[in-house]
Amino acid sequence: MTNNKVKIKTEKLDVFYGQKQALKNVNLEIFNREVTALIGPSGCGKSTYIRCINRMNDVIETCKISGSIKIDGQEINNKQIDVVRLRERIGMVFQKPNPFPKSIYDNVAYGPQIHGLADHKDKLDQIVQTSLKKSALWEEVKDRLDEPGTSLSGGQQQRLCIARAISVNPEVILMDEPCSALDPIATAKIEELMEELKKTFTIVIVTHSMAQAVRVSQRTGFFHLGNLIEVDTTDKMFKNPNNKMTQDYITGRFG
Amino acid sequence: MNLAILLLIVLFSTSCFFFGRKKIINITAANKIRMNALPDYYGYYLALWCAIPAVLILAFWTVFEPTIIKAFIINNITSSNLKEFNSDELNLIYQQIKALYLGNFTGTLTEEIRRGAENYKSFLSIAEGSKIVILISIVIVTTLYSYKKLINNNKAREDVEKIFKAVLFTCSLVAILTTIGIIFSLLFESIKFFTTINIFDFLFGTSWSPQRAFVRDASTITPEEYNELKDAFGSVPLFAGTAFIAFIAMIVAVPIGLFSGIYLAEYASKKVRKYSKPIIEILAGIPTVVYGFFAALTVGPFFREFGERFGLEVSSESALAAGLVMGVMIIPYVSSLSDDVINAVPQSLRDGSYAVGATKSETIKKVVIPAALPGIVGSVLLAVSRAIGETMIVVMAAGLAARLTINPLESTTTITTQIVMILIGDQEFDSPKTQSAFALGLTLFFATLILNYIALRFVKKYREKYE
Repeated sequence: MTNNKVKIKTEKLDVFYGQKQALKNVNLEIFNREVTALIGPSGCGKSTYIRCINRMNDVIETCKISGSIKIDGQEINNKQIDVVRLRERIGMVFQKPNPFPKSIYDNVAYGPQIHGLADHKDKLDQIVQTSLKKSALWEEVKDRLDEPGTSLSGGQQQRLCIARAISVNPEVILMDEPCSALDPIATAKIEELMEELKKTFTIVIVTHSMAQAVRVSQRTGFFHLGNLIEVDTTDKMFKNPNNKMTQDYITGRFG
Repeated sequence: MNLAILLLIVLFSTSCFFFGRKKIINITAANKIRMNALPDYYGYYLALWCAIPAVLILAFWTVFEPTIIKAFIINNITSSNLKEFNSDELNLIYQQIKALYLGNFTGTLTEEIRRGAENYKSFLSIAEGSKIVILISIVIVTTLYSYKKLINNNKAREDVEKIFKAVLFTCSLVAILTTIGIIFSLLFESIKFFTTINIFDFLFGTSWSPQRAFVRDASTITPEEYNELKDAFGSVPLFAGTAFIAFIAMIVAVPIGLFSGIYLAEYASKKVRKYSKPIIEILAGIPTVVYGFFAALTVGPFFREFGERFGLEVSSESALAAGLVMGVMIIPYVSSLSDDVINAVPQSLRDGSYAVGATKSETIKKVVIPAALPGIVGSVLLAVSRAIGETMIVVMAAGLAARLTINPLESTTTITTQIVMILIGDQEFDSPKTQSAFALGLTLFFATLILNYIALRFVKKYREKYE
């Protein structure tokens, strides 16, 4: 691999939603500037896992998290950590495109504005432009930045959400099944984009599509019923997995 | 009597339901066949056939019976008397006959009234008897007819569905027709008023004092009299007063209602929400008369004493007191509706905002409120039309003097209050004073209609956003 530095490291991670245990003792390392895919059947805990990394589970009242989550060696699973700064460093793209009911420009400018990243209009314009260019949307929307974000097509909306996520210049982008609501052409565009993004960002993607995991990721982790069954390079996982269960899942025998 | 008949019909048709159902169950069991519809449908079929025609006839009978009997009685009087009566006299005689029959007659008893009362009595018993006979035969005929059709009917389900649809249609028709009827009665009385008073003088005149208007005959008004008269019916002070009090009410209700709605939707824990939302909605259930007491006996005097301490002249019936209390009354509407529209903003939008590192208040301010804004505006407009239409609080707390003022410490009045003032007590229904109430009502109706229309448009636009 190009860069073998560990970016995110979780140890003995347990997550409870009320009485239900969603993650059981998950130990996982995610490496800098590559794409890590998390696969597994529905309800296996892969989305829960990535929502721990940017503390989005805080929103859910009944959720309890124990264990260690370290980013660049710094523990983030404690009360002292400032979630606002944390989420600035760790962006997220959701399953369903969720642009704000604002203009395309304001959608992207939202993050920089609340974090005070631009002290004047030109700087903000520039951030919006670079973010839209990085998310490969600029050419399609540069003449209609004032139109509402919701007027774009599904695939464009999702790329707008990616632009929104990268506008605050994060280190990590979490993607929760970003293509599940998109058609194959829009999906291909997002995958192409990820290829480009991984040069600057660390990407963790949850996906239901094995083919997508093979296409975009360098490492793959397989979750089942809250357990991390196996994690390895994508190549090894799909050609020669160690675990029988992984073998069964990727060949479509269950899940 | 009618109630007893109705009860009998209901009882009989209920037993028809069970009879028809049982019958079909027996047939299916005996012949080992499966009928086209469930046995219940055959039961309904029989029961509805038995009940609906009879109930309809009973209703028509009850409505038209007095008219027909009256016609008979009056016919009797005119044909047996040589004397000519005009219609007013005939009406009076009829009323006296009825009074004698009911045993609360006062006045001089004449021969024709006594005879009329006897006639009335016999007509009533004939009507009663024939009603019962006709109803019983109708029930028997329709029940037999539907029972005959029942056994070979493979369309019982469709027929029952059709009948249900017809019943529902009738109900909605009644609602719509009544509304249209109300509008037309307003319209016709208003037109009468506007033939006396020019509509522009009414809408733009700045002086309101209908007590001054004594008009015997509207067709003989001289131009001088009209000039005098139009000053009695200028509605601007009323509209200004209404708008002013509604404005004070909104100043109270919108911030408090909106912020409590935001608190309930975004910050309150499930438990707090569970208890506080019903409590706030109870406020909406308090009769406005009670708010009126509160405004007139507590808030009004409080302001006056408070003002006196600072040497201010405060009327004990002030626009401020009425507006404040009305605002309190409207808070639940605003808070409950805005709570609902804020809740309707998809969680995914909040997640998107949190995910770029926004705090809760930033998310609410910059994402949730803008997304919910059309709905919030809609709820505020609905509250405004509620404030404009509110009567009781203003009657009790804001006074009756129609004066054009923007001093909230003075007394002022509203459209609804004046309508009440005009219509209570003994009235002649063809004087411009009385008719002006209808004109006010019509104008108010259009004002709230327009507001409601705008509100609904906003709400609709909001709905389209996420679907």
